[in-house]
Amino acid sequence: MSKKALKLVTKKFKKSIIDTHDRFGNHTAIVDKAAIRDICLFCRDDEKLKFDLMADLTAVDYLQREPRFEVVYNLYSIELKHRLRLRAPIAEGDETIDTVCDIWRAANWAEREVWDMYGIKFEGHPDLRRILMYEEFEGHPLRKDYPIQQSQPRMDLLRAERDAVEEYKTYFVGRGRTADSK
Amino acid sequence: MNQQRSLAALEQDPAVGQHEDVMVLNMGPSHPAMHGTVRMVLTLDGEIVVKCDPEIGYLHRGFAKQCEVATWTQVFPYTDRLNYVSPILNNLGYAHAVEQMLELELPARCNYVRTVMGEVSRICDHFTAIGAGALELGAMSAFLYAIEARDLIWDLVEEVTGARLTISYARIGGLKYDLTDDFEERWASIEPRLYETLKIVDQLATKNRVFMDRMEGTGAISAEDAISYGFTGPCLRSAGVAYDIRKDAPYFAYGEVDFEVPVGTKGDNYDRYLVRMAEVEQSIRIIRQCLRNMPDGAIMVDDPHVALPEKDVVYNSIEGMINHFKIIFEGIQVPAGEIYSATEAGNGELGFYIVSNGTGQPWRLRVRPPCFYMMGGIDRMLEGAMIADIIPTFDTINMIGGEIDR
Repeated sequence: MSKKALKLVTKKFKKSIIDTHDRFGNHTAIVDKAAIRDICLFCRDDEKLKFDLMADLTAVDYLQREPRFEVVYNLYSIELKHRLRLRAPIAEGDETIDTVCDIWRAANWAEREVWDMYGIKFEGHPDLRRILMYEEFEGHPLRKDYPIQQSQPRMDLLRAERDAVEEYKTYFVGRGRTADSK
Repeated sequence: MNQQRSLAALEQDPAVGQHEDVMVLNMGPSHPAMHGTVRMVLTLDGEIVVKCDPEIGYLHRGFAKQCEVATWTQVFPYTDRLNYVSPILNNLGYAHAVEQMLELELPARCNYVRTVMGEVSRICDHFTAIGAGALELGAMSAFLYAIEARDLIWDLVEEVTGARLTISYARIGGLKYDLTDDFEERWASIEPRLYETLKIVDQLATKNRVFMDRMEGTGAISAEDAISYGFTGPCLRSAGVAYDIRKDAPYFAYGEVDFEVPVGTKGDNYDRYLVRMAEVEQSIRIIRQCLRNMPDGAIMVDDPHVALPEKDVVYNSIEGMINHFKIIFEGIQVPAGEIYSATEAGNGELGFYIVSNGTGQPWRLRVRPPCFYMMGGIDRMLEGAMIADIIPTFDTINMIGGEIDR
């Protein structure tokens, strides 16, 4: 973690920093989401910061709090060996933030996962689609209001599968009980 | 953002075949070389891969969601199943993160035992990766030798922890069991065989003409790209970047042992394979040093808020009973806050981003899976590659389904 890095960032972006802390030695800046791209570029390119590795990009859902979501960027500098965390609060109802995948290519898949799990859209992302869940999944599972036992609607069969099921029903159903016979 | 050559550029290149259409081929989740079930949607121009779009998530089990309804200690079995070829490293990574939030100081013996068992697990991981990589290219004997070595290690792990694979060995504030009394003799009896196996695999594969032709020069990535894509671990070190958390921010007993960090040059499959082979040797070196300098003492921190009391205290005193009850039912009370803690797992930087709201259950438990970012970069590594190059590239990344999908 790095006190110096946090100081540099807060000094340069005074207007966009909402809060900072260094609990457990992890220096963190809570920033305005509108300034996230500028801050990330500064973090990556400044000589004294050099945060070339985006260790992680994720989101948290603080259900009862306004703003509800937060996108969290954990950064690391391989050369200077320090870490920094940026948190960008996102309000419910306006769940968008700028992408940083042209700043760190690692963000490409990480942002897809945040979209998949939380439903936060990243403006400018070239390919924002689900990554862990299947395309037809409904809802965003890691949100706190998605019940853990939620079941998904059954999907319509593809044509080939439907034909196979019809064939099975014609030849085999009626000769004995099967799992889904009434 | 996409760096692969466009179709137009490929068509201009006289080296590319005479085909005018591209074919989309599905290298489906159920495929012998796609270990861990990954589906790759390949756009091919003849034999050349124009675009490779991996589809993951076939093993997604809802780790993060499940951890939100479990207590802090109940998360350990879930962490076993992340990178299931090196489960101890996952357990230790998570325990380390929570211990930092609790600001616990572990006894010295606990740190040494954690280092030993972590490195044992790392040897397992690397043998599996090397063996499976060789198997995919047809070197089945190398695979069998590597698996024999892995089995010897698993027998040792079973003696210490009770299970071979899903061990839940770590606890918050310490470990479940201490090393067995004859651990040093047992280690001394298998260590020569591990070295022998490493040498046999080396003789079978490393200078083999076919192996080298398939691994050298394929799946190459530059250091800059690797860092940008979020690579860590052997894949990043093979590209020439000496980033190892055990050296840069030592934890457990890594600050007190001597070891080297092997670094490659070209970032291709051959370098990744060689880096893993060299890391096995370094892990054995670390284990030997730790066993020689092993301090005596407890393996669990002496804090009633965190450590379960001894059973005779639990059954014979009301305080012990209440202590036990509260820790089991309500969970360890971790102070509110957030932490990002990274340890060096078999594949790279295994990060845990944990948000606690002060109760006995995590509010948010995010695992930063190292191979997730390597898979994100596979399209870059396979630029202009042929289908046959996908196999060694995918193998040397060591994508473990449990880790990437959680």
